[in-house]
Amino acid sequence: MKNSSENRRQELEKYFDAKGPFALFRVAQMKRAWQQSNRRELTWWENTYIPSLFTGIWLTSKHFFYNFTFHILHLFGLYKNVKAAVTFEYPEKPRPLAARSRTRHRLTKREDGSPRCVACMMCETVCPARCIEITAAEHPDPHIEKYPAEFILDLGKCVYCGFCVEVCPEDAIRMDTGKLDIAEYSRASMIYNKKRLMNE
Amino acid sequence: MTSADIFIKFLLASGTILTMFSVAGLLTWVERKQSAVMQDRIGANRASIFGFKAFGLFHAIADVLKMLSKEEFIPQGANKFLFNLAPYLSVVFALVGFAAIPIGNQLIIGDRVIELQAANINIALIFIFASMSMGVYGVVLAGFSSNNNYAFLGGMRGAAQMIAFEVTMGAAIMGVIMVFNTIDLQALVRGQGAYLLGGWIPKWGVIVQPFAFLLFLTAAMAGTKRTPFDLPEGESEIIGYFVEYSGMKFGMFFLADLIETVLVAALMTTLFLGGWQVLYLHPDGFHFPWGTFVAVPHLAVVGLGVLSFFMKLAFFIWVLMAVRWTLPRFRYDQVMRLGWKILLPASLINIAVTAIVITIAQSF
Repeated sequence: MKNSSENRRQELEKYFDAKGPFALFRVAQMKRAWQQSNRRELTWWENTYIPSLFTGIWLTSKHFFYNFTFHILHLFGLYKNVKAAVTFEYPEKPRPLAARSRTRHRLTKREDGSPRCVACMMCETVCPARCIEITAAEHPDPHIEKYPAEFILDLGKCVYCGFCVEVCPEDAIRMDTGKLDIAEYSRASMIYNKKRLMNE
Repeated sequence: MTSADIFIKFLLASGTILTMFSVAGLLTWVERKQSAVMQDRIGANRASIFGFKAFGLFHAIADVLKMLSKEEFIPQGANKFLFNLAPYLSVVFALVGFAAIPIGNQLIIGDRVIELQAANINIALIFIFASMSMGVYGVVLAGFSSNNNYAFLGGMRGAAQMIAFEVTMGAAIMGVIMVFNTIDLQALVRGQGAYLLGGWIPKWGVIVQPFAFLLFLTAAMAGTKRTPFDLPEGESEIIGYFVEYSGMKFGMFFLADLIETVLVAALMTTLFLGGWQVLYLHPDGFHFPWGTFVAVPHLAVVGLGVLSFFMKLAFFIWVLMAVRWTLPRFRYDQVMRLGWKILLPASLINIAVTAIVITIAQSF
């Protein structure tokens, strides 16, 4: 058994024709291939499958007893901060989001409740998915140039890149609602208007 | 035999079978939960009755309801009689084996002596082996009658695997039979009540026949047709002998595997872990090897015995489940090699060595 890797090497040499004009090159190629694929021969004890069997059972049992202990302790309200499972029970307890994660958009408001947006069209211009469509109108207040008469955002098209938030000079659009599970029955209901965006 | 005797026997038999059947049903839950806890998951916990979840125990009921309400499909060209018979054969022969498993010592009420063993027969071991071998008829007939080549292949594999490992199982327990000199399981468990080394170590099968225990464990695991040895199934290659089955008939094959797991665990408990024996518990109470004696009333002794049997059963079920959820499955040729070329010679060597040791021990 000791020489089985040597035997296999000789076997390989048979397949490679070591005669002819490229003999030396071919032998070198063969040696390199053999070295790259050279795996350690298993010892007799390893070949019985017994050590790996016990290693495997040991590993899973360790996990089992650790988790089992903490599941039982959780039942009595102890050690709640130690997790016994990596599962997040999603619809009831959503996974905590990172502070910077980009979620559904909202339009921020002024103190009087009107949108902060001045309809500068920066977001509409920068949007790579072209999902924003602003209809501008003149604002009654002379200090404010314009306001969006309608602000359409098609979430069916949006790629959540956050460029609109980056580019906005008035901090009028944000992606911090924490809403990710947006599912609708039609494409039309994925289209958000100003009212939906402002009511968060 | 009086009518009271018959009534007690009926109670005992139905009690044993129903208990084991319930344990097997519970195993669907145990399997899910144990695998989940092992893999850092939570496991089945959604089925609820009026908001009461009971750790997902209702999933077993939900499964049965689903199975029962599904369409029973019989493929065209199938042998209808055999097709319908096969799942029942699987379940029935897996259940019948429990009749000969002793779950407790003699219970003495008044002047009546009740052996806590449904069928108190003196060839119990052979009876169980026969029923386990008959169980494979369900698999073979399912494959044969489905009119499906994949199913047929699965059935053939089931038969080949059963033969390969049944031989090893038989040869492995020869050592135990030789040590305890009986094939009556109740007598075999009583034999394991002896103690070695001045009363410290129990004379359990696993102590006197450790090698046979390992061989039997491997072969028995193969006998249950579950994952390290699930060759008759193999979803990715031949689907399985039950490919054409649907609804509760498929569920019965699934259940038969679990019942066999319980049967194998019960058999290992009886053969190798002293069955209903409790450490240092004799019919009159605990005789500890350091000389302490604690008297225990008769009913408590029998009760402790039954409790000990079920705890050992639970332990073996845990081991079988842990193995099933840890080890990857073997290839078909590897299983056959393991069965015929490794386990069988090893068990034969075990018989020879045991025979020599017993002969030497007797000559002194």
